[in-house]
Amino acid sequence: MSAQGDWEHRLGHFGRYGGRFVPEALIAALDQLDEAYRKASGDPAFTEEFGRLLREYANCPSPLYLAERLSARAGARILLKREDLNHTGAHKVRNVLGQALLTKRMGKPRIIAETGAGQHGVASATAAALFDLECVVYMGEEDTRRQALNVTRMELLGARVISVTTGSRTLKDAINEALRDWVTNVDTTHYLLGTAAGPHPFPTMVRQFVSGIGVEARQQCLAAIGGLPDAVCACVGGGSNAIGAFHAFIPDPGVRLFGFEAGGEGVETGRHAASITGGAVGVLHGARTYLLQDADGQTIESHSISAGLDYPAVGPEHALLNDQGRAAYEPVTDAEAMEAFGLLCRTEGIIPAIESSHAVAGALRIVPRLAEELGREPTIVICLSGRGDKDVDTAGRYFGMLS
Amino acid sequence: MNPLAAVRTAVAFEKARAAGRAALVGYLPAGFPTVDGATTAIRTMIDAGADIVEVGFPYSDPVMDGPVIQRATEAALAGGIHLADLMRTVEAVSTAGAPVLVMTYWNPVERYGVARFARDLANAGGAGLITPDLIPDEADEWLAASDDHELDRVFLVAPSSGQQRMAMTAQACRGFVYAASVMGVTGARATVSDAAPVLVEQVRSLCDQPVAVGLGVTNGEQAAQVAAYADGVIVGSALVRCLLDAPDLSSGLTALGALSRDLAAGVAAR
Ligand SMILES: Cc1ncc(COP(=O)(O)O)c(C=O)c1O
Repeated sequence: MSAQGDWEHRLGHFGRYGGRFVPEALIAALDQLDEAYRKASGDPAFTEEFGRLLREYANCPSPLYLAERLSARAGARILLKREDLNHTGAHKVRNVLGQALLTKRMGKPRIIAETGAGQHGVASATAAALFDLECVVYMGEEDTRRQALNVTRMELLGARVISVTTGSRTLKDAINEALRDWVTNVDTTHYLLGTAAGPHPFPTMVRQFVSGIGVEARQQCLAAIGGLPDAVCACVGGGSNAIGAFHAFIPDPGVRLFGFEAGGEGVETGRHAASITGGAVGVLHGARTYLLQDADGQTIESHSISAGLDYPAVGPEHALLNDQGRAAYEPVTDAEAMEAFGLLCRTEGIIPAIESSHAVAGALRIVPRLAEELGREPTIVICLSGRGDKDVDTAGRYFGMLS
Repeated sequence: MNPLAAVRTAVAFEKARAAGRAALVGYLPAGFPTVDGATTAIRTMIDAGADIVEVGFPYSDPVMDGPVIQRATEAALAGGIHLADLMRTVEAVSTAGAPVLVMTYWNPVERYGVARFARDLANAGGAGLITPDLIPDEADEWLAASDDHELDRVFLVAPSSGQQRMAMTAQACRGFVYAASVMGVTGARATVSDAAPVLVEQVRSLCDQPVAVGLGVTNGEQAAQVAAYADGVIVGSALVRCLLDAPDLSSGLTALGALSRDLAAGVAAR
């Protein structure tokens, strides 16, 4: 391991970002988790079991699909990493299976999770059923309305969904409630955090569990086109699908990495969730990173049509990749994302998650830039992080098909 | 450095010890029910016998707080509390006879600028800072700034901390060590934790600082139980509730005064 890697592993920092800004009462649990995670990652039995579950249960590796009609429209060769075809409909299942296996290893009978869109909640409820764990999911009241179908899915799977009515009643407040639960029940409970954010070891561990996205895509791309893509694009909420897609490509200097944040109604309106583009460095939910905050350090509520991106901070590794210039982060508005959503539906017969539609919209935006730079048609891998079944209601209303 | 601070934290603990009792440490948030109302409430608490005060800065994401403190701090935020109001509150109560420590989540301090925060807090007569989500491992900048401005710095230890972390944390503290005796968020509890006496004993064996116990005390009787083994008894939610439950500020202050006197009698009756 490199010196940088060692340092990151020991202290859980990504440059100045990351760390552990949590109550002392949680440090022992984070240490226990870190130890369990490190032991497991060096244990072939764990790797094998995780691999088997991904293959046989979650339907991974997900295909890398050459989207010909979209490519023709975009003027680029576009490859979709089809995480929407995973069991439970998104990349989230990878992280959840990894952490649920660890929960078993730590001997804890209960998991708690936060959820925005409901995707992580559904994935957690699924793993809880599979591993016979008690499961409580915290979900902002606002999101239980936006994603009512997913609430029912979680309940069908045997989880208890607690509607959070504090603060802005969205994902960040669900995380606050989950942290309060965890600090109270830490002996019996694992907090199954749903993204590559939070205190160490979560950003590193979650990245590891979802890194199959990029590892697979890299191999699949080499096999399909005999080379690497010019760019990898992903949407960025907390940052898990993006870091999972990016990580295997970080050592490849020819592969540009683009993260698309939720621009909401436009960064200039203040109603957005673009923490890197429109935020400032601070501390939220256990890590130092970029976040939306006012002059007093109070978190500013985020806004996005997509519940899964409606989060006012971002995982710390993205903060570092941004500062290093290794990845570029840009906002995509609600309107741009919905246009891309419609386009993918009609050109490819794929209804994407609105989260993932941000990546599609961003990719379409950068095509001319890349083409000019490269002097040829670019090849772009887009992480299609999830499917849009959960978003049919929102999209139907947006396009005026439902009222 | 700190001309307005009438009493330092160590002195307040020393005074209580000399009187054969534990110190009463009372928490109230700035800005609730209003900035001036909070100032009056803090003075009321000091007049009724609080030895040390913790002034909370309301924060948008208070992960350590239970429902009572959340309700009060949400109201203060809705009322438009800012860091300048916090400094003003500290200044207004710093000469009331008890050292004033600010209790705040870390991001507001970092946003304000750690050195600037320390300077302004010291200038306002504040005695120091209690940081519930900052562990010494991440606190280099604050350790330096608190030294520069001679401010106390109070970190928390928990029952789960383990010998090594507890020693490291206690050594980083100045003023006192905050023993969070219950695994959980703030809130009044019917019974006092069994873990607390053990925790206090552990911390005592690792340093020679006063140890104050927090989380859960509601009345004088419980305060006396805690005072039997701790140097300080920290009370938050029960005091805040006096103001939350009252129909108006003056009846809230009456209830707050009565509870503070009860608690003060409790810490002296060990
Ligand atoms: C389909 C999908 N994509 C993306 C996200 C955003 O999360 P992250 O940035 O961690 O990938 C979510 C979150 O719920 C999601 O459901």
